[in-house]
Amino acid sequence: MDWQGQKLAEQLMQILLVGFAVVAFAAGYALGSFQMMLLIYASGVVITTLITVPNWPFYNRHTLKWLDPREAEKHPKPQIASSSSKKKSNKK
Amino acid sequence: MHSFVYRANALLTFAVMVLAFMCAMASLSDNLNSLSPSAQLQVLNVNWFQKSTQGNDEVSMTLNISANLQSLFTWNTKQVFAFLTAEYETPKNSLNQVSLWDGIIPSKEHAKFSIHTTNKYRFTDQGCNLLGKQYNLTLHWHVMPKTGKMFADKLVMTGFRLPEEYR
Repeated sequence: MDWQGQKLAEQLMQILLVGFAVVAFAAGYALGSFQMMLLIYASGVVITTLITVPNWPFYNRHTLKWLDPREAEKHPKPQIASSSSKKKSNKK
Repeated sequence: MHSFVYRANALLTFAVMVLAFMCAMASLSDNLNSLSPSAQLQVLNVNWFQKSTQGNDEVSMTLNISANLQSLFTWNTKQVFAFLTAEYETPKNSLNQVSLWDGIIPSKEHAKFSIHTTNKYRFTDQGCNLLGKQYNLTLHWHVMPKTGKMFADKLVMTGFRLPEEYR
């Protein structure tokens, strides 16, 4: 997943779970059945797991652009200068 | 949300927290219930009234308990535990409570009942104070929920009196 996909997955998970909880509670209260509420919520948790946990392709639409290796060679990492350490040892 | 395991863990934790919240809401919804239980108690007969081998008074009686506890049941009720006690005062104790009968009511259909029975548990006193004693019969009930708070209440019926002599 890319960064945008992770954010989407987290948001989807929270919204879906709360949504299923509200629907389950309303259905259970209206039907007068505690078991129905738990059943609807449990199936909601399974559906949410199937949507948000696996690495689906639609989470990967804003792919990360890694730096091309040939471009990286043109700009080497800066080295720490070795001359400053030699000066310190002389002063002692 | 970096890996499969991370997302699965976050989802599971959040799902359980939301479930706990739903159960709390279910328990709070019990307060919306309007209660109207009714009961009638009759002592049909005092079968015997003796002094036991320990020297304590003991009574056996036949009771008729009829009650309608259907309004106590909500969608969040597992069962109702009902029990009948005889309550009286003695010089030694300001309140004596002796449990005579109890029963578990598993569902709303069973909550309207009429029972004709002798006392399930012994009506025994701590001493010999029961001759001619005035007592109350109280029906208690505990409404046990599937999740959340348990409610208990009672209905007191006064005006009962034991015989003046042993039989």
